[in-house]
Amino acid sequence: MAANPAYDPALDAPAEKQPLATRLMYLVRKQPLGAAGAFIVLIMVLSAIFAPVLSPYDPTANDFAAMAEAPSGAHWLGTDQFGRDLLTRIVFGARTALVVGFASALVGGIIGLVLGVASAYFGGRFDLLFQRVMDVFMAFPLIIMALAVVSIFGTGVQNVIIAITIPFIPRCARVVRSSALALREIPYIDAARACGYSHTRIILRHMVPNVMAPFLIMITAFVGQAILLEASLSYLGLGVQEPTPAWGLMLQGGAEEYAESAPWIAIFPGLAITLAVFGFNLFGDAVRDVLDPKLRSQ
Amino acid sequence: MSAVPAQSFAAPHAGDILLSVRGLKMHFPVYEGALFRKVIGYVKAVDGVDFDIRRGETLGLVGESGCGKTTTGRCILQLERPSAGQILFNGRNLADLDRNQLRGIRRHIQVIFQDPYSSLNPRMKIGDIIGEPMKVHGTEPDAAKRDRRVRELLHTVGLNPRFADRYPHEMSGGQRQRVGIARALSLQPEFIVCDEAISALDVSIQAQIINLLEDLRDQFNLTYLFIAHDLSVVRHLCHRVAVMYLGRVVELAECDELFDNPMHPYTRALLNAVPIPDPEVEASRPHQVIQGEVPSPINPPSGCVFHPRCTLAVEGCKKAVPGLRELRRGHWVACTEV
Repeated sequence: MAANPAYDPALDAPAEKQPLATRLMYLVRKQPLGAAGAFIVLIMVLSAIFAPVLSPYDPTANDFAAMAEAPSGAHWLGTDQFGRDLLTRIVFGARTALVVGFASALVGGIIGLVLGVASAYFGGRFDLLFQRVMDVFMAFPLIIMALAVVSIFGTGVQNVIIAITIPFIPRCARVVRSSALALREIPYIDAARACGYSHTRIILRHMVPNVMAPFLIMITAFVGQAILLEASLSYLGLGVQEPTPAWGLMLQGGAEEYAESAPWIAIFPGLAITLAVFGFNLFGDAVRDVLDPKLRSQ
Repeated sequence: MSAVPAQSFAAPHAGDILLSVRGLKMHFPVYEGALFRKVIGYVKAVDGVDFDIRRGETLGLVGESGCGKTTTGRCILQLERPSAGQILFNGRNLADLDRNQLRGIRRHIQVIFQDPYSSLNPRMKIGDIIGEPMKVHGTEPDAAKRDRRVRELLHTVGLNPRFADRYPHEMSGGQRQRVGIARALSLQPEFIVCDEAISALDVSIQAQIINLLEDLRDQFNLTYLFIAHDLSVVRHLCHRVAVMYLGRVVELAECDELFDNPMHPYTRALLNAVPIPDPEVEASRPHQVIQGEVPSPINPPSGCVFHPRCTLAVEGCKKAVPGLRELRRGHWVACTEV
């Protein structure tokens, strides 16, 4: 086709972009709860990164002169039964929680995302078979599944991640598939097929971005769940092992024996878990609202 | 593979035949049971459709909802693999080609959909939606040139080139339909299936889009299969019309010939149902309403599928399936009684 003579390049100037700070303030005003969640998540990430700088204590060093001490100026949140500073261990425990939370949520979520969309896209026998396999995995409760994996692979951070990742895959695949099934019938997918795009391109470029909203809510919920699951496994003695600082492990050490004499040993790690899960859930809802262009005004 | 059909259903005037559809059938299986599924019947959405389209021609495909016109379009686009029959495009039977062979042909056959809201990917910018086919098919591998071409295309369909940076939800229905047209044009196709391309638009926008489709047809020598149920639009835009009923073509003729001299009893009833825009004339004219309901395509009537509702039906109509007969030059009718 010849260039249209009436075409005016002056109409072509790119739209002006707002500065980042303005847009950020706009988001905070628009999503106050999400901003609060993001703030909690941010604090958690920062303290995990700067843990050694923030605390003068060693998270694994015992101090038998200061066992089960109440919160004080020296130990803001008190010490545990081995005299380790609780604040230090909570800050270092954020590292374990975040590594396990993000790694398992992301790996499990992305595998589930691709499998779920592919299952819906190809449909037919593949879909049927795949869904029955997922049913088998879903039949196990999350914690039982994780326990089974840990008992096969053994304990330790890496194995805890694997144990939490595996039960996430069918959960994500199931949710994503149901959104993708509706997508498959939508004309723009037909348009993509009529243009002769490859299966990979249709799945990754046209379907996956359109199931992002449920996927992102799931991922952020998964991070929270994974943190909770890691704490549970550690509490049961099947997760992270001593002396690595981990919130579930700290609860296990302090919950029963010291519940009356030194309640802070269990209360503060418990609060940390609650706050982290709460923060990720709020953040997740806000992420969905912001990333869905239909809900984005302007 | 490039067999030329023995019988022609093409317009009488000269010009090479771009698309031939012969004996096209699309039967969708109906299943029962969840795990061990069993086919209990077929929805005969398209059941033996024949027509030809010459290059540069616009063939209208009309009929009431559920008659199989959209499925016919989807078969031509190879979005459905037909159960039987041939779709010869430039002499090659699309039904015989595998996925890779089809890829090369797909760029010559494009589609404009009915609903401008669901036919554009909401996550992609307009520029990417229009540019992607050129990228995938390698017709414009250079990103800067492709962007330039996207803006030209937007201009061609009457949109501000700046829309390239926008998302579909920022545009109106009419604008989005123009984007859909620009996407269809981006690979410089020979043939475009317009699947109810204007039915979802406001009447004022409809006129604009019809004019655009006409201009583009002349500018790029396009051939359209125009699927519609609005007969006045078809009369305005199309050269020839095929009338479908329950998965079959019942009448095929030049546009004016069909509207002035309908022969098949179904076509007559269909044209009779179009109201006349004068209340007095409309109130006084006799109305001939088709009796009964459209039968189920799972279990269509024997013989001529229209016989239970037909005023001309005789005993023989229940047995033999009538083929298309050329009763006048270029006017085919699938009825034995006219």
